[in-house]
Amino acid sequence: MIELLSNLAIGFDQALTATNIFYCFIGVLLGTAVGVLPGLGPVATIAMLLPITFGLPPVSALIMLAGIYYGAQYGGSTTAILINLPGESSSVVTAIDGYKLAQQGKAGVALFTSAVGSFFAGTVATFLIAGFAPPLAEVALKFGPAEYFSLMVLGLAASVALAHGSIVKALAMVVLGLLLGTMGQDLYTGAPRFNFGLVELADGIDFVALAMGVFGIGEIIRNLEDSTERKLVYSPISNFRYFIIGPVLLAVAGTLEYLDIGPSFNFLGHNPNVLSMVVAVPSLGLFGYHLSHLMKDLVPTKEELKSIIAPILRGTVIGSFLGILPGGGAILGSFGAYTIEKRISKTPERFGKGAIEGVAAPEAANNAGAQTSFIPMLTLGIPSNPVMALMIGAMIIQGIVPGPNVINDKPELFWGIVASMWLGNFLLLVLNLPLIGIWVKLLTVPYRVLFPAIIAVCCIGVYSVSNNPFDVYWMAIFGVIGYFLIKLDCEPAPLLLGFVIGRLLEEYLRRAMLLSRGDPFVFFQRPISAVLMILAILALVIVLIPSVSKKRDEAFREETK
Amino acid sequence: MRKWLLAAAAIYAITVTGAAAQGYPTRNITMVIPFAAGGPTDTVGRLIAEAMTKALGQTVVVENVAGAGGTRAAGQVAKAPADGYQILLHHIGMSTAPTLYRKLPFNVISDFETIGLVTDAPMSLIGKPGLEAKNFAEVLQYVKTQKDKVSYGNAGVGSASHLCGMLLMSTMGVQMTTIPYNGTGPAMTDLLGGQIDLMCDQTTNTTSQIKGGKVKAYGVTTKTRVKSLSDLPTLDEAGLKGFEVAVWHGLYAPKGTPADVVAKLTAALQAALKDQKVIDRFADLGTEPVAQAEATPAAHKKKLESEIARWRPLIQAAGVYAD
Repeated sequence: MIELLSNLAIGFDQALTATNIFYCFIGVLLGTAVGVLPGLGPVATIAMLLPITFGLPPVSALIMLAGIYYGAQYGGSTTAILINLPGESSSVVTAIDGYKLAQQGKAGVALFTSAVGSFFAGTVATFLIAGFAPPLAEVALKFGPAEYFSLMVLGLAASVALAHGSIVKALAMVVLGLLLGTMGQDLYTGAPRFNFGLVELADGIDFVALAMGVFGIGEIIRNLEDSTERKLVYSPISNFRYFIIGPVLLAVAGTLEYLDIGPSFNFLGHNPNVLSMVVAVPSLGLFGYHLSHLMKDLVPTKEELKSIIAPILRGTVIGSFLGILPGGGAILGSFGAYTIEKRISKTPERFGKGAIEGVAAPEAANNAGAQTSFIPMLTLGIPSNPVMALMIGAMIIQGIVPGPNVINDKPELFWGIVASMWLGNFLLLVLNLPLIGIWVKLLTVPYRVLFPAIIAVCCIGVYSVSNNPFDVYWMAIFGVIGYFLIKLDCEPAPLLLGFVIGRLLEEYLRRAMLLSRGDPFVFFQRPISAVLMILAILALVIVLIPSVSKKRDEAFREETK
Repeated sequence: MRKWLLAAAAIYAITVTGAAAQGYPTRNITMVIPFAAGGPTDTVGRLIAEAMTKALGQTVVVENVAGAGGTRAAGQVAKAPADGYQILLHHIGMSTAPTLYRKLPFNVISDFETIGLVTDAPMSLIGKPGLEAKNFAEVLQYVKTQKDKVSYGNAGVGSASHLCGMLLMSTMGVQMTTIPYNGTGPAMTDLLGGQIDLMCDQTTNTTSQIKGGKVKAYGVTTKTRVKSLSDLPTLDEAGLKGFEVAVWHGLYAPKGTPADVVAKLTAALQAALKDQKVIDRFADLGTEPVAQAEATPAAHKKKLESEIARWRPLIQAAGVYAD
């Protein structure tokens, strides 16, 4: 415990220097911005910014890049909630209930829940990394192909819960997603599959193109056919305009501190700049004053507040654990959290129609997962997703070879990043609460302006994923398909889950079978895998038992229009 | 007024295009890297690009065009204008693509000008932490008795780890069970977790694991020992006579790029390879720049041709194709 505290002290000593606070702020600000812009994700942003980081000290560079990553997780849920456009697989489920809440005029409440849930989860996950990173990484290594396969089966078995309409249609969507996921080169033999002889399809369909198409473009087309003006209800939020003053002044203070203009004085061994402190102190006061006013408009009612606490806690636990698994576990975090909330809810029929729990749990889960996915990278030097691969690249160019020794050889780097995560989460909360007012106001922008803007940004975002113009065509095609799916009352969320899980499911199944020399019982012989399989079977049995099924049908029955 | 503008535009256009041949480079140069940002090839490319920027006086911008085993990027550069403003950094995969892909939309030899070789990144053979074999002789014994019960992980069809495994099995004369992964990261994860037995990968990825004692190391694949891992024998000394494979990297320009432009690029590459930062960072990756004589179009072309000839029979014998 004492060791942990002294380690955290090393970390905060690194993270709380003016330079690093500055880069952390730039990181989360950029992250929020690219998260909010549909399609533009942290991978493209970090790749573009890599050359800039070469000139920075390693700790600052990594703090900024990490900030972009978890900042994007925050920002991604904003578009999912407001305009039904999830930019990342993790915010797909947030769109289900979040968008419904926005349509009911509760966008502010949904965004508030998302921000607070993310902050809480981020804080917990940071302490998890600080306290238990090395042992947790060892646990992650216990997951072999068999365990991952069973985990994906469990995810798939539970995916039916994502549907709030017809169960048959939901299953059909999952299967369609699985089939789309089989396109591209076969990993095991190199054989091309369903690519119609096109080089552009050699690696299959890109997730972002598919998600932007079926969710965003499809929804836009459907909205266009409505001659009645917008469905979204706008609830005005006063005061937010003034609220900006505090953070802006704080940013000014930070810049002054960074530039170090004028005299400075000694404060507990640090040398803050006099000028920056003169600006910072009143700005904090202004900030607090306006925050208290703003809160009146944003804070959910007491009942709503009560109903989000438990989901945030559960989401944090699920997300933290799944985030550690480098083999695509993080993808299941938000899906899993949503499914569990719906399963244990006394009123599952509210899910899919604007249940606040349906926003709180997955948002907490995806932010917790975003933090804990640093564990394998920081302790073992193995990337758990493309963003982590980029971070490793950035470290190598800085002359740090990531691996099991980093934590001992470069403690200031390891603990500095960990401490900066908490700082970053705090900055995000400070940054995002006032922005909620602006985001909600975005809904008042007329469609004739909003839609072309969304489509333009989507095109840029989809293109930026791998600099491939073909992905943009795919997005257009899936937009049309998405429109027809909406018309047929088929929901896109199960489709995307099937698409994401399908690839992993096949990969792990075949790898596990290769390693077991074709013995299918391997899934039941390994203890972790066996438990997951039994859970999956239980989940299916519950659906199949008629009496339970009857109750479920009631729960899932489509609203009569 | 409009006429004047047109004339001015025309003069400007003539000066700019005319200058392209003499004053090259007059604007940013794009270095296309056929793999995702953050990987070992990307790292090599970015270090070189930064150093070449200094030598050329124009920024060399890195563009990652990942996909289809690197052939999408190569295809893009093959069709790019031959003016020296788009160049390709590719590795050993350039020499295996003509065999792995039977319907390649470009020709590796006739569609490119070679600029020069960059580096020969060594690979190392590593085993899971629980593997009993203490040295390569014991690995050889283990593989020969257990045969296909031994699993070998690689980063997918056509990857360097796939090629190394293919050569390893053909030299040893034993077939192990090959387990492909989607990139090196997940393969390393499974090796650390003891799910697979062996893997051969670039020292970029293996050095920190070897030094951290997380994996067993059996040898490096180059002719000479690697400085950063000097205790590790070469596989050739360890008993696999004549075994050699290195992930060599080279720079390419589209066919028809003017000779003086190629010469400028070669000179910039040679300058970059003498840059102390490049040398230092390469050392971190367990590799070093090629000798100046290798960083020339002729040496590069010779290497490319000999490597195509070397891998063709191996790939055909293994019967693994990527299309």
